[in-house]
Amino acid sequence: MGMTMAEKVLARTSSRDLVHPGEFVTGKIDILMGHDLSFFTAYELMIQNGYKKVWDPNKIVVIIDHAVPAPNIRYAEAHRKIREYVEAQGIKNFYDAGVGICHQVLPEKGHALPGRLIVGGDSHTTTYGALGVASCGIGHSEIAYVMVKGSLWFQVPETIKFVLKGVMPPGVSSKDIILKIAGQYTAEVAQYKAVEFAGPAAKGLSVDQRMTISNMGVEIGAKFAFFEADDKTIAYLKGRTTQPVRPFGPDPDASYLEIYEMDISSLEPQVAFPHNVDNVKSISEVGEIPVQQAFIGSCTNARGEDLVRAAAILKGRKVHAGTRLLVIPASQEISIQMAQSGVIQAFLEAGAMMGPPGCGPCGGGHLGILAPGETAISSTNRNFKGRMGSPESFVYLASPETVAASAIEGKIADPRKYLR
Amino acid sequence: MSLILRGKVWKFGDHINTDYMAPSFGREEPWEQRKKYILHTHKAFTEGCQPGDVIVAGRNFGCGSSRETAPANLKQLGIGCVVAESFGRIFFRNSIAIALPVMACKEISTLFAEGDQLELDFENALVKNLTKGKAIKGPALSPDLIKIVQAGGILALLKQESQKTPEG
Repeated sequence: MGMTMAEKVLARTSSRDLVHPGEFVTGKIDILMGHDLSFFTAYELMIQNGYKKVWDPNKIVVIIDHAVPAPNIRYAEAHRKIREYVEAQGIKNFYDAGVGICHQVLPEKGHALPGRLIVGGDSHTTTYGALGVASCGIGHSEIAYVMVKGSLWFQVPETIKFVLKGVMPPGVSSKDIILKIAGQYTAEVAQYKAVEFAGPAAKGLSVDQRMTISNMGVEIGAKFAFFEADDKTIAYLKGRTTQPVRPFGPDPDASYLEIYEMDISSLEPQVAFPHNVDNVKSISEVGEIPVQQAFIGSCTNARGEDLVRAAAILKGRKVHAGTRLLVIPASQEISIQMAQSGVIQAFLEAGAMMGPPGCGPCGGGHLGILAPGETAISSTNRNFKGRMGSPESFVYLASPETVAASAIEGKIADPRKYLR
Repeated sequence: MSLILRGKVWKFGDHINTDYMAPSFGREEPWEQRKKYILHTHKAFTEGCQPGDVIVAGRNFGCGSSRETAPANLKQLGIGCVVAESFGRIFFRNSIAIALPVMACKEISTLFAEGDQLELDFENALVKNLTKGKAIKGPALSPDLIKIVQAGGILALLKQESQKTPEG
């Protein structure tokens, strides 16, 4: 009997030939990811519980990204301790402040390989599903547990499939696809399920664009959020790993709980209204909403292609008076490429502030916190009340192009009128 | 720990996310100030919650971020258990990992009003409304997960298991 991608990975890692949804298995972890919040807390918990050594330092990846560079003494001390801890454990896969956001760095550096089982101290760990990885977020107690045991319990999820068809219209990108799915099917459609994004339109997406969708998979409740690993995946990983990279997908006779179909040919840019990710409207239904801050950044939408599309809209134009535009590339590698290609120049000349690769204000960390009464439009992944600062502020979510257009107009705007 | 919990119910709706349970704003403040922000969308709760109280919620309770501070804050407030129509699964896992009893039960919201007394028999997935005299059986939780909660959390269980094997 055929298996879905989730079933295949959980079977392999629990040394079984076949697993079924609902079963509990113990899966051996291929990679454990932690960042400056999760790794730090989990490691200290591990030590406090009397364990001295991690199970395998080569399977742990640590990234400093949430507060970069350190905004206060407490974070500075945490970062300093992380550097000591990784040294003490011989963890070589350590990416210090400025290398980038964990969910960009881990794929960039070749740790997210098709068919792997990866857990991370961050809910957007589902991002690596774009490369055919079974990856999900866990909390710091479970990270500490994995650090010692190298394995974790999993309940094999049911899998649902979204079959994407049609041709993506100009001015629309994969963020609009996932927002449309959230709006149409709600934030619970994939509750505790693995999702496979399939169909010709899914295959047609670049890896960068697939990552946006897999990243937001957790916002619709997904345990894992897969794309099949195909030639695009192999091309992406070329030069990033010495490990063999093979295509990976479901068996043709795998069983799905539900199959949804979506034609994206007439998709409009989408906007998620405060304070829920599934409170989504099409751009034509948005109305007049002035914004004081526009943010292009985060693990969702700050990759090279995202920045190129946003810069193309901003080039030769200016950010509206009274609106602040903040741009934070997802990694140092991306920043260098964008500097070389003129993208950063376009942002700067338009009046944007450029930030160091990291999470920035996405989760209310730093570098652009909102005052009471302020409204932001952002390429990030959550708009809960108080997410980006004051509980009396408002966050709208959109694609990088929509954010760019909104920065120009000082209010939520349709990017399609700015296409050249 | 006793896996029979009893307490006064605080009611919440759908999609109560973990940012609301452990917000970024105010995170640097000491506990006595910070605790007022926990589940800040329900003002009466922030003012009136007492140790031993319990939560009954709608769908998708604990959606969003993987922050373990979300269930940890509820535990620190003294919340005895959470019964919801459904849970965000990372929050669910985190609650089990720190031994905060959680149970999913589809019709639970209709069975309780705020202020009712709830009794949860965690091992048998049985919930009673002691005020109104109603009871409901939820889907049985896996024995593997009950074991984690009984031990006092996943790290406590790990310690117990290492003590059983010679190499530790």
